[in-house]
Amino acid sequence: MNVESPDAPVRASSSGGVGPAIRIAAAGERRGTEDTERQTVIELQDLSCYYGAFRAVRNVSLEVRKQRITALIGPSGCGKSTLIRTINRMNDLVPSYRTEGKLFLDGQDLYGSGVDPVAVRRRVGMVFQKPNPFPKTVWENVAFGPKINGYKGDLNELVERSLRRAALWDDVKDKLKQSGMALSGGQQQRLCIARTIAVDPEVILMDEPCSSLDPRSTLQIEELMAELKKEYTIVIVTHNMQQAARASDTTIFMTMGEDRAGYVVEQGETVGIFTNPQNQLTEDYVSGRFG
Amino acid sequence: MTATTATPGTTARDRFEPALMRRKLTGTFFYGACIGAIGILFFALLMLLYDVLSRGLPWLDPDFISGVPSRRPERAGILPALIGSLQIGVIVGILTFPTGVAAAIYLSEYAKDNRLNRALRTNISNLSGVPSVIYGIFGLAIFVRALGFGFTLMAGALTLTLLILPVVIIASLEALKAVPDSQREGAYALGASRWQMVRGTLMPAAAPGIMTGIILAMARAIGETAPLILVGAFTFVTFLPNPIEGGYTVLPIQVYQWAGRPQPDFQGISAAAIIVLLVLMLVLNALALIVRIRLSRHIQW
Repeated sequence: MNVESPDAPVRASSSGGVGPAIRIAAAGERRGTEDTERQTVIELQDLSCYYGAFRAVRNVSLEVRKQRITALIGPSGCGKSTLIRTINRMNDLVPSYRTEGKLFLDGQDLYGSGVDPVAVRRRVGMVFQKPNPFPKTVWENVAFGPKINGYKGDLNELVERSLRRAALWDDVKDKLKQSGMALSGGQQQRLCIARTIAVDPEVILMDEPCSSLDPRSTLQIEELMAELKKEYTIVIVTHNMQQAARASDTTIFMTMGEDRAGYVVEQGETVGIFTNPQNQLTEDYVSGRFG
Repeated sequence: MTATTATPGTTARDRFEPALMRRKLTGTFFYGACIGAIGILFFALLMLLYDVLSRGLPWLDPDFISGVPSRRPERAGILPALIGSLQIGVIVGILTFPTGVAAAIYLSEYAKDNRLNRALRTNISNLSGVPSVIYGIFGLAIFVRALGFGFTLMAGALTLTLLILPVVIIASLEALKAVPDSQREGAYALGASRWQMVRGTLMPAAAPGIMTGIILAMARAIGETAPLILVGAFTFVTFLPNPIEGGYTVLPIQVYQWAGRPQPDFQGISAAAIIVLLVLMLVLNALALIVRIRLSRHIQW
């Protein structure tokens, strides 16, 4: 990658602030098959999320398609993180949390009876806002997931493969025995991505993965996502509209209503959401007039 | 640009800066007070060391370390008490580690935040403030009498285990709470069960704090005197202790016994025993430091 001028022509126009839609061209070129022809991996049907009596997200219905990058955008507090954490049942760790509605992963209702959240989380990986490598060596960070899931194959080979896929191998191949926490922020986040793909999930959820990274590391993560979507389905929460426009195929815009419950305003191909939004709220948000 | 609400003629500088010198002076005084506080502590330590070393060093020789107590100070040695202290320390450490850590993990990771568990937590904090002689009375009733251990080293070790358990639990609890939640989430997100999260992520991350707490608690157990007097350590022994049979004594009690004699030579060997005890403490504290550095080499938050 050219570090001096990371995708200069695209970045040059980003200072304008009003016209994020211009940058869709790149995403458009990457697009192969039309969205609607792709297999649905995740489907939410009339899903609502509650913390105790408070409804954080209401009546969301959406589909996430295979090997696509789906971006969740919207103002702070509109329930994007709650929604994404519902998909891998991470919210089950919050004592007062409860879900209504249905959530299907490859046709299986993840909130059905007899579904073990621990098994769900292996199948639906997650990368967090702040890189959270374990206080172990780089090697052990990647090997931890496979180990706890009883992986039988060659761990060394799996660790190398995962690090290569996360575009981190060249950076760390001589530092496998060093602490994962000694890496730079961007490297730590790629280590967390390597750790996630080491357990071979079907879907990777990313909760604002670049919000604590500098622009160069952000770009590296975005390039990595474009690479990863050849094999994985990715759902990303982002506050950065340029990022959603650059990196995603499908965009879901959420906001919150009078009752402070988040809901989905509009969803569709990223190009459409940014160039020709159907809803006034979406248009105001993507053009930077609110949120 | 002067302030809008000011009365004419006074500038912002006049209104805000008259106290400047005083503010800075207050800071200087506080700095001096801090230095003074440290100085008192440092001075006391130096005096103690000087007093003990000047009186004890002449008596400190290999024969003193390897000898047994005697009626004659020049032939008396410290070995039974030293071995007794070491045995107590090791047994207390072995008993405290699993119980203390397990209790802390329960309180930190498993216990729901309800009234019962909050009361439990508060009471553990209170237990660490109970005078140690109370534990001695408890140990006498339970371990020596009811459970039939008699006046043995084991009864003493069990009593001291109870004494330092609250300290270990609190130290471990603090260490576990200091581990960011993002670590727990990171493990769960890979499909870890709760136990795998605790074992694989939480315990390594909290290990430096937990181990330091346990070693320092062991040092405290080795330095304890009062409860052991009640559970049988106040005896004259000329043999090495057997944990489950026969009498025993420990360093602080040996110090106390000798210091109580009127002859000046016994004061001397008492001081020499204090030096041995201080060295033991120093070793344990150094060990705590080394373990902490070693276990936290991968941790940076």
